[in-house]
Amino acid sequence: MPIPISITVNGQTHQHEIEPRLLLVEYLRETLGLTGTHVGCDTSSCGACTIIVDGQAVKSCTLLAVQADGSQITTLEGLANGDQLHPLQEGFRQEHGLQCGFCTPGMIMAAWQLLERNADPSDDEIRHSLEGNYCRCTGYDNIVRSIKHAAQQLA
Amino acid sequence: MANLIGQSVKRVEDQRFITGQGRYTDDITLPNMTFAVLVRSPHAHAHVKNIDSSTAQNAPGVVGVFTGADLEAAGIGGLPCGWQVDFKNGDTMKEPPHPVLALGKVRHVGDPVAIVIAETRDQAADAAELVDVDYEVLDAVVNSVTATQDGAPQLFDDVPSNTAFDWALGDAEKTDAAFATASHVTTLEYTNQRLVTNAIEPRCAIGDYDASRDHYTLYSSTQNPHVIRLLMSAFVMGLPEHKVRVVSPDVGGGFGSKIFHYAEEVLTLWCSMQLKRPVKWTAQRSESFLTDAHGRDHITKAELALDTDGNITGLRAKTYANMGAYLSTFAPCVPTYLHGTLLQGLYTTPAVHVDVTAVFTNTTCVDALRGAGRPEATYLVERLVETAAHELGIDPAELRQKNFIPAFDGVEQPGYETQVALVYDSGDYAANFQKGLEKANYADLRLQQQAARKEGRLMGIGLSTFIEACGIAPSAVVGSLGARAGLFESAGVRVQPTGKVSVYTGSHSQGQGHDTTFAQVVGDQLGIPLDDVEIIHGDTEQVPFGMGTYGSRSLAVGGMAIMKSLDKVKEKGAKIAAHLLEAAEEDLDFADGQWTVKGTDQSIGFADVALTAYVPHNYPEGLEPGLEFTSFYDPANFTFPFGTHVAVVEVDPDTGQVSVERYVAVDDVGNIVNPMIVDGQVHGGVTHGIAQALLEGAIYDDDGQLLNGSFMDYPLPRADELPSFETDRTVTPCPHNALGVKGVGEAGTIAATPAIVNAVVDALWHLGVRDLQMPLTPQRVWQAIQDASA
Repeated sequence: MPIPISITVNGQTHQHEIEPRLLLVEYLRETLGLTGTHVGCDTSSCGACTIIVDGQAVKSCTLLAVQADGSQITTLEGLANGDQLHPLQEGFRQEHGLQCGFCTPGMIMAAWQLLERNADPSDDEIRHSLEGNYCRCTGYDNIVRSIKHAAQQLA
Repeated sequence: MANLIGQSVKRVEDQRFITGQGRYTDDITLPNMTFAVLVRSPHAHAHVKNIDSSTAQNAPGVVGVFTGADLEAAGIGGLPCGWQVDFKNGDTMKEPPHPVLALGKVRHVGDPVAIVIAETRDQAADAAELVDVDYEVLDAVVNSVTATQDGAPQLFDDVPSNTAFDWALGDAEKTDAAFATASHVTTLEYTNQRLVTNAIEPRCAIGDYDASRDHYTLYSSTQNPHVIRLLMSAFVMGLPEHKVRVVSPDVGGGFGSKIFHYAEEVLTLWCSMQLKRPVKWTAQRSESFLTDAHGRDHITKAELALDTDGNITGLRAKTYANMGAYLSTFAPCVPTYLHGTLLQGLYTTPAVHVDVTAVFTNTTCVDALRGAGRPEATYLVERLVETAAHELGIDPAELRQKNFIPAFDGVEQPGYETQVALVYDSGDYAANFQKGLEKANYADLRLQQQAARKEGRLMGIGLSTFIEACGIAPSAVVGSLGARAGLFESAGVRVQPTGKVSVYTGSHSQGQGHDTTFAQVVGDQLGIPLDDVEIIHGDTEQVPFGMGTYGSRSLAVGGMAIMKSLDKVKEKGAKIAAHLLEAAEEDLDFADGQWTVKGTDQSIGFADVALTAYVPHNYPEGLEPGLEFTSFYDPANFTFPFGTHVAVVEVDPDTGQVSVERYVAVDDVGNIVNPMIVDGQVHGGVTHGIAQALLEGAIYDDDGQLLNGSFMDYPLPRADELPSFETDRTVTPCPHNALGVKGVGEAGTIAATPAIVNAVVDALWHLGVRDLQMPLTPQRVWQAIQDASA
């Protein structure tokens, strides 16, 4: 039985009738075609699907799309201000915080949440804040540097 | 631009990844696309008595259900193995069929039995539940030693003792003699445990058959699209290769697991041919655990012989290598030619012998995983050397220094011929080691360790040196060793009329940064800006036949193929420039993108020459128009990166928890094109190696069930479990390629595992702990401390 929802993603409001079992990440990727949010596991462990829902970093594979009815969502596609990259995006480029790029959307959104809560995090605080996000390429060191780079730009 | 080589240029590919515009296989949606879900065996070993798919066929949205019988009737063959290693006695390798969908029997949990295709993925998943498979469950065997013993369950009727092949290398008699006269013998028995690769992007395949053109397209997250196209066309499906296109867009990590030809690639394409619609399959992570080829899984006894002065006089090893249920694409070469050949390490050991038995078990296939055989070899050598030093009461650094191969550059001094079939290209191992010790401040660390012990703290220092054979490989050499493929690389360089350059490389990035590194090489050679170069890869319809990316080969082999084409561009460009400048070719210099008549200010730029090549009005007589070349580069030898890694750990005596306090990596990977990218590769590699030492390991129960087949159970390293890495390097150029590069993708993984285990054992040796089995979980370490003090 399809259920109507209205969700605002990256500033644009969408209205759809969807199956109740549709995951939010599936809605973003398949219904809206926003493939910048990735799926890396089926146990909510890897964090590749992390997005911002009403100001909170959320693993979008843990929510049904119907649960996000009425919410404001930001995905990686909506982080930049036009052509002006967000300092986190720029930080990841400057500090080589990504290799294959698959975990990157979730990493950047998780880091966004951290910097909202803590504008000047220590290395340890950054590392702990990323414990819900797996990266298999970088060994995390340059991700820590990328986030510090962004924190300095935002300060 | 000149001087692009050696610069930490920011990666050009990053823009798409940091803005959410990367294009991975699962991001692709084709019109009228259907979705496939596989029915997989829940049993490790069983006869398939019957498959009833009638209910599933009629379920909502279902457009097709197929089984192994359908594929067999259509003449679809099994998945081929690309490397043949015959038995020591000359008997042919046992290579039983690896059906795309099970035929009569399943041999590991996750073995595919049927494929269900529906309008949506959920409908396919629902219908897959309705496929009724009648299994007669058989006893399973998961351990590679047990599987060879009498009475063990037999996976195949015609593979006695479940043994695929056995193999040996080195002089057994000489080695045994060295042990007979040794004053000290160090022995280790251990399992180099099975790892699950776990690239964060799950595998994905989309088959798209276009009946109107009789054209076959496969989108697949693979490291080597041409290899997949060849295997699939020629050996599995019997398709006309020129009508088959394999596209691999952005790949979200591979680490070896995306080299191999998988059933789902065949299935999605074949089902698309039946349904005349695109068919997409994307792995769930639980499927990745069960079906992506695993790595390692060696059961090994290793021995080191030494004289009274601590000189190594011999090394021998016996390994049982678990192949899993079938021979994966390159599985036979991993425990043999990528493992046994590296047991010389960096040492002058005068006698080396290795014996390997490769065994089928009721487990997921095992094949190459970052390092592939070389991590196992380095673990074997470096654990032995470290243990011997402790046993003899010699500082582990000193024992190594005593036994290093002397420096040689491979030009003035010849390459170093090992006891196990390789000729190392160039190296100054002692100098690299010294730099590693200095960077770590080794002498001071030993003092800190003494002080820590007085405080009751368990601090350990672990050393590891390594050498690896990369740049895989000279085709004739690997052919003589059983490879059923060449291992050259291809590159097309197309200079466009405006002087912009498109490069078509057979190498294929899974995150290594080819778009940047290769562009630096091209920009440097042609004297043009980075922005004027585009690197194209991952599409068989665009790129000439090439072998792909694995074995740290992209720059040393793929980069050299580009260099060959660039040389041809420059050579032809000089002819055009000489004509336009009315000078002789030999009177021209080429620098910074300009041909200049020596000693004059007369010059012409690269873009003008390019335009002339395509608008050949005023043009050298007899010269073809155009400025485009395709080259194939087959290396003269492997390349041999090496290095010294130092780990500093602290063990909590109450919990057994190991904390990595410092990690120093001083690698020598030859010349460096992009230091930022090289350091990044070392970071990631080291992390993979640390994770094997401390965290990871696939656990099968006796029934063949993978007990930790999800991210809830199988620990990948997290940010808060790792230190910041301290990297440095020495540079010994590779003497046999013009770039002087050796390769870096696997170095960290190879070195890090023994460095960490050596450090933990070093922390506990004085308590009586002599060895630890990986992964060094807190429980194992705590138990070892308790046992030693009991």
